[in-house]
Amino acid sequence: MKDVKGISYDEYFASGHRACAGCGEALVLRHIMKAAGSNTIVAQATGCMEVVSTPYPQTAWKVPWVHGAFENAAAIASGIDRGLIAQGKREGVNIIAMGGDGASFDIGFGALSGAMERGHKFTYIATDNEAYMNTGVQRSGATFPYASTTTSPDGKKIHGKQEPKKPLAFIVAAHGLNYVASMSPANLFDMKKKVETALSRNHTTFLHAYCVCPVGWHCKSADTMELSRLAIQTRVFPLYEIDNGVLQFNQKVEKPKPVKEYLELQGRFRHVNEEEVEKIQKYVNDRYDFLLSIEGKKAFDVLY
Amino acid sequence: MKTVIEASEAVALGAKLSRVKVCPMYPITPSTHIPERISDYIFDGEMDAEMIHVESEHSAASALIGSILTGARSFTATSSNGFELMYEILPILSGMRLPAVMAVANRAVAGPINIWNDHSDAVSARDQGWVQFYVESSQECIDTIIQCYKIAEDKNVQMPVMMCLDGFSLTHVFENVDIPEQKQVDSFLPPFKREDILDVKNPKTFGPIGLPDSFMNFKKQQQDAMINAIDVIKKANLDYKKLFGRGYGDGLIELYKMDDAEYAILAMGTICGTAKAKAEELRAKGKKVGVIRLRSYRPFPVEALKKAFKKLTRLAVLDRHISLGSDGPLFTEINAIAPGLDVFGYIAGLGGRDVTLDHMESVYLDLETGKQKREWLM
Ligand SMILES: Cc1ncc(C[n+]2csc(CCOP(=O)(O)OP(=O)(O)O)c2C)c(N)n1
Ligand SMILES: [Mg+2]
Repeated sequence: MKDVKGISYDEYFASGHRACAGCGEALVLRHIMKAAGSNTIVAQATGCMEVVSTPYPQTAWKVPWVHGAFENAAAIASGIDRGLIAQGKREGVNIIAMGGDGASFDIGFGALSGAMERGHKFTYIATDNEAYMNTGVQRSGATFPYASTTTSPDGKKIHGKQEPKKPLAFIVAAHGLNYVASMSPANLFDMKKKVETALSRNHTTFLHAYCVCPVGWHCKSADTMELSRLAIQTRVFPLYEIDNGVLQFNQKVEKPKPVKEYLELQGRFRHVNEEEVEKIQKYVNDRYDFLLSIEGKKAFDVLY
Repeated sequence: MKTVIEASEAVALGAKLSRVKVCPMYPITPSTHIPERISDYIFDGEMDAEMIHVESEHSAASALIGSILTGARSFTATSSNGFELMYEILPILSGMRLPAVMAVANRAVAGPINIWNDHSDAVSARDQGWVQFYVESSQECIDTIIQCYKIAEDKNVQMPVMMCLDGFSLTHVFENVDIPEQKQVDSFLPPFKREDILDVKNPKTFGPIGLPDSFMNFKKQQQDAMINAIDVIKKANLDYKKLFGRGYGDGLIELYKMDDAEYAILAMGTICGTAKAKAEELRAKGKKVGVIRLRSYRPFPVEALKKAFKKLTRLAVLDRHISLGSDGPLFTEINAIAPGLDVFGYIAGLGGRDVTLDHMESVYLDLETGKQKREWLM
């Protein structure tokens, strides 16, 4: 059943799971599954979402779901894809592989890259909350610059994470995928459309989902949606899609709000000084300018 | 049909005859000829299966999780470093009770890096919930791969099985092999049927988190399944023998000139052939010597071994692995089940070091004189 705006009332990631109040990742998962529907098999990496959803003998999953390890969701999905093909059962089934930023940007990157190179038909979704949350908020390759985590603390000498985010979506796009997109719970209709588009393609597709983590970001649980919106309005997390190698914005931000407004709501940036705020602002501007520079152009070679 | 083939090809043919559907494979010496032959079959259209050219052994083992959970019979092969890269996934496959079958072309684990044969790869994974066979000939390779599926998929077992064959000293050896007829294999090994699969019409959750209130129960069930495997292995060996006329001892251990033996060598894999040759020679001189070839290392066939030890005065155990800081794992384990027996322990053939007839002679001499108890056969 669908409501007036096309988003399903049906739940495939059921309530009762043990995610924290205000968990952006759980919210994103719920809406990914609403868009994907019942004919979907999910392979999920170790991380918060796996832990909160399947304490044996309970499960929050109403679709077939499998978890193996931290770094292998893409490899398991590859096996599912070929296993179904080998038995003539592939038709009409969606396969989604999912991992957090740690699973996707870091430890599972090799498995993801291999699967994309082979071009299996499945959609990989990186749910990015910018740290290893399940193990207690450690730095990942996706942690936002200057954010403090338990392994990149705001020390007396070094102030939080010193490196930019790994540009995973572009690295993925460079594999030749014909559909790569970013998405956020701040725009659920856009998210729905992207999940559907990604699943409709005949090869590997990739979605990068923005996920607030109140525990790890030291923000209010009630601010999850506000931060999701601010991330777009400040150009911190632009919504775009790279369809057949061409990048288009889905929610272009003509008059961005200062990044400072975004940082101020989060304890993980509490330590940043004015100079560092400037640096972060420049980082955000530069990244957005880069997107603008390739907007509408065939910036990526498409192999699939 | 009898034909001269390489043992690696016998392994590949065993997988083909077992009607394997998915092969996630990654090359590493000395297992490489196995994926090469399987690729030939698939690319020539002789084998109706999907090859997944995974980017690592870790992904090979992981892809097995996915493919088996769709209900597809699956196969892979590896060695040494590749085996170690899979290590994390080995207990996950067995913990999920997935009947994967893998050929392990045994090779020393680095470092120093070394491509030659010993058992340090597979033996170091003895606790990971896989049935482990160690074979001796090309014929045994093809026969055992087929039996592996029968055992792994048995409803009382449901555990993965690895068949270990010595790198180079078996993988690259050409021997006359009797290749079973497909029809006969089909009658021995029915199609893979599994209720618990990833099915959108009947959604189930696989690989949940096991908290302290359930984890131990899962392990107990796995241990029970492994003990069940003892009888299932024996039956598979017997049923196979009825159909194809070939068996390997009782399936668990193979006894050579053991009826009245006073001194015996116990080992796994191809060095048993060398021990047998020496035993034959010494028998001609009137010495009461024999060989016990351990085929099933996991499950560890305690009863069968104890029975084999009954008439022995002394036993020598040859380990092709050393648990650094302790001893040969086979030696330690045999000692634990044979308290009254005088057991000598030898570390042999590490990293491809030759184990010769002279070595075997010196071991039998040690047993006879009772002099040397512990030694590295250098
Ligand atoms: C091989 C391996 N290394 C480390 C871990 C420990 N570990 C489990 S979940 C996790 C972090 C997950 O982070 P992420 O992928 O970002 O997901 P999140 O929990 O943030 O949703 C880590 C480090 C593991 N399970 N396996
Ligand atoms: Mg994370």
